[in-house]
Amino acid sequence: MTDVKQGASAPLALDRADTRVKHDTGVGGALRAFLDRVRSGDLGSLPVVVGLVVIWTVFTSLNPVFVSSSNLVNLLFDCSTVGVIALGIVCVLMVGEIDLSVGSISGFASAMVGTLWVNQGWPVALAILAALAFGALIGSLYALLFNRLGMPSFVSTLAGLLAVLGMQLYILGSTGSINLPYGSALVDFGQLMVMPKWVSHTLAAIPGLAMLVSGLRTFARRRAANLSTPSATGLILRVATITIGLELIVAYLNQSRGIPWMFGLFVGLVVAMNYALTRTKWGRSMTAVGGNREAARRAGIKVRAIYLSAFALCSLFAALGGVLAAARLASASQQAGTGDVNLNAIAAAVIGGTSLFGGRGSAYSALLGIIVIQSIASGLTLLDLSSSLRYMITGAVLAIAVIVDSLARRSRASHGRA
Amino acid sequence: MNESPERSASVGELVLSLRGISKHFGAVSALTDIDFDVHAGEVVALVGDNGAGKSTLVKILAGVHQPSSGTINFRGRAVTLPDPRAALTLGIATVFQDLALCENLDVVANIFLGNELSPLRLDEVAMEMRAWTLLNELSARIPSVREAVASLSGGQRQTVAIARSLLLEPKLILLDEPTAALGVAQTAEVLNLIDRVRARGLGVVMISHNMEDVRAVADRIVVLRLGRNNGVFEPDASNQDLVSAITGASNNAVSRRAERLRMERDHSDSEQAGEQHP
Repeated sequence: MTDVKQGASAPLALDRADTRVKHDTGVGGALRAFLDRVRSGDLGSLPVVVGLVVIWTVFTSLNPVFVSSSNLVNLLFDCSTVGVIALGIVCVLMVGEIDLSVGSISGFASAMVGTLWVNQGWPVALAILAALAFGALIGSLYALLFNRLGMPSFVSTLAGLLAVLGMQLYILGSTGSINLPYGSALVDFGQLMVMPKWVSHTLAAIPGLAMLVSGLRTFARRRAANLSTPSATGLILRVATITIGLELIVAYLNQSRGIPWMFGLFVGLVVAMNYALTRTKWGRSMTAVGGNREAARRAGIKVRAIYLSAFALCSLFAALGGVLAAARLASASQQAGTGDVNLNAIAAAVIGGTSLFGGRGSAYSALLGIIVIQSIASGLTLLDLSSSLRYMITGAVLAIAVIVDSLARRSRASHGRA
Repeated sequence: MNESPERSASVGELVLSLRGISKHFGAVSALTDIDFDVHAGEVVALVGDNGAGKSTLVKILAGVHQPSSGTINFRGRAVTLPDPRAALTLGIATVFQDLALCENLDVVANIFLGNELSPLRLDEVAMEMRAWTLLNELSARIPSVREAVASLSGGQRQTVAIARSLLLEPKLILLDEPTAALGVAQTAEVLNLIDRVRARGLGVVMISHNMEDVRAVADRIVVLRLGRNNGVFEPDASNQDLVSAITGASNNAVSRRAERLRMERDHSDSEQAGEQHP
C-alpha cells in the first residue's frame, strides 16, 4: 500500500505519505490551522492577550497615565515578585496539584532574610540561600505527605499555609517588622536597578535570533531526515514580528527609567522553565504525569520523584518571590505574603492559560497572567479605587479565566483534542 | 506442561517461566498457583472467561502488580518485578488493554515516553523519524505524529501503543486484547505484526477473546479458569475442547451445537453407508 504510493510520487516526505490527511502549508495555511485550533477549544494564550488588550484600553481611556512608560516600569517591578511565585504555581498545576501556601512561604522567606541578615548579621547571600533552602524543604515535605501518605495537596498545603504563617509571626516577634537597609544591594535590586539601554536592546534582540537559529537548524535537520519542513516565510515573519515588537517595547520603556533587572531575572527564570518544561525529559514527564498518572507510571517514569520536583520547585520559587518582595518593599513584615499574594499567584498562572486540571500549561502563562493581574491592580490604584474593589475585580477576572479554561476543555474533548 | 515434543524442539530457549504464582486482592484470589512458560520465537495465547485472571497475570509480568507468592524466572534467572521500570529494563514490553497513553501528549511523545532521546535537550527530529519508521513498519494509518493522542481513533491508539512497546527491542511482548478495538484490516495487520515479532525470535504473550485470532497466530493456547491453570492446547484443538476448558462445563450452547452437528453427520454417514450396502 505505502510502497505503491511512494512509487507513484517519490518526493513525499516521511510524514506526508498518507494522502488522506489535510496539511495546511504556507502563511495562509498557518492562519487557517490557528483558526481551526481556536474553534476546537485549543485557545493557548489567546484569551489572555485579548483580556490584556481590553484591560489596557479601558484603563487608558479612564486615565492616560496608565500607559505612560514610568507607570509601566513600575508595573514591571511589581510583576516580578508575584510573577516568580506564579512560576512555581505553574509547576504544581502541570502535575494536576495545587499549593495554597505559597503566600505564607514567601512571607516566611522574607522574614528569614530580615532576621538572619539584619538582626543576626549573616551575609545577605547566605540569608537568601537559607530562605530558599527552607522553601525547597517545605515543598519536599508536601511531596512526602502526598507520595507516602496520600494526603491531598489541597489539604496539606492549607495546613502549611497556617503553620508557616505562624512561624513567620514567631520569628518576627514582638516588633512585627524589620526594615532592610536602604542602599544595600538587595534593596537597590528590588527598587532601583535598571538595565543600561544597550543591554536591554541587546537582550530584546536575543529571542528573535534564537528563534531564527533554532528554526533554521530544525529546518535543515528535518530536510536531512526526509520529514516535511515548516514554511520558511512563516518563521521569518514570526522572528521579525517578535524582534520589532520587543525592540519597540524596550525603546518605549527606556524613555523612562528602563527595564528593571528584577524583571530581567523573572523573564530569565520563565525562559529557563519553559525550556525545562518543553525540551527536557523532566518536562515531558511532568506533562505526562499531569495528563495520565497511571500511563506515566507504566511508561517507567518515577512518578513520585516528579511530584517531589514539582512541589519543591513551587516552594523554592515562592521563597524566591518572598525575598524579591522584601527587596521591593525594603522590609520584612507580618503582612508580607498575606492577603491576596496567594490567590494572585494562582490566578496569574490560570489566567495565563495553565489548566487547573493538569497536563496543560506553559511557563509563559506566569508572565502573561501576572501582567494582567498587575495591570488591574495598577489601573485601579491610578483611579484611586480602594483595595476592596480591587479584590472584587481580580476575583471576577479569575472566575472568568477558570470558566474559559473549563469551556475550552469541554470543547477540546468534543473536538477530539487533549 | 503437556507440550508435544516436536513443537518444543522447534522453539528457542525458555524466556519466561512462572511457577506457583498467586495473587490476592483482599479476600479475592485473582490467581492461584499459576504455572506458565514462554519460549523465544513462540506466541502463547492466554485465554479464559472474564475474571479468569488473564489481565492480572499480564499486570504481574509488567510490574504493575506484585504476586502474593510464587517465582518468576526470566531468561534463566529468578527476578522480581517491583515496578514497570524493572520489567521494561529486563526486556518485557506490555501493551495494556486500557492503552495507557497520555492523551495530552502527541504521538511521538507517547512512543518515547520514559525513553526520550537526549534527556536534557530532546532530539525531536530523531524521535519523529524513528516514530515514523516504527509506524510504517506496522503499516500504520496515523495522520500526524504531532497531533495529540486524544484526536486518534481506537485502532490508531492501539497501533501507537504497539509501536511504543517495540521501541526498546524487548525480549518478551505482552499484548492484552491487541485486536479488540480494531477493524478487519487493522486486525490482520496486527496479526501479521505478531508473526513478524515472533520471526525476530521474541516471545509473545497474547490475551484474546477472539478464537479465530488466537488460532491464526498462537503456537500454544493456555487456558485460565477462575484464576487457575485449566489446560494447554495446540492451535488445532477443537473448539469444543477449548470452550469447555474456558467455561469449565461441556454442556453449553457451543458444545451442544457441535454435538448436534456431529450427530447429524454421523447419521448421514450411516445412511450413505446403508445405501451402498443394501
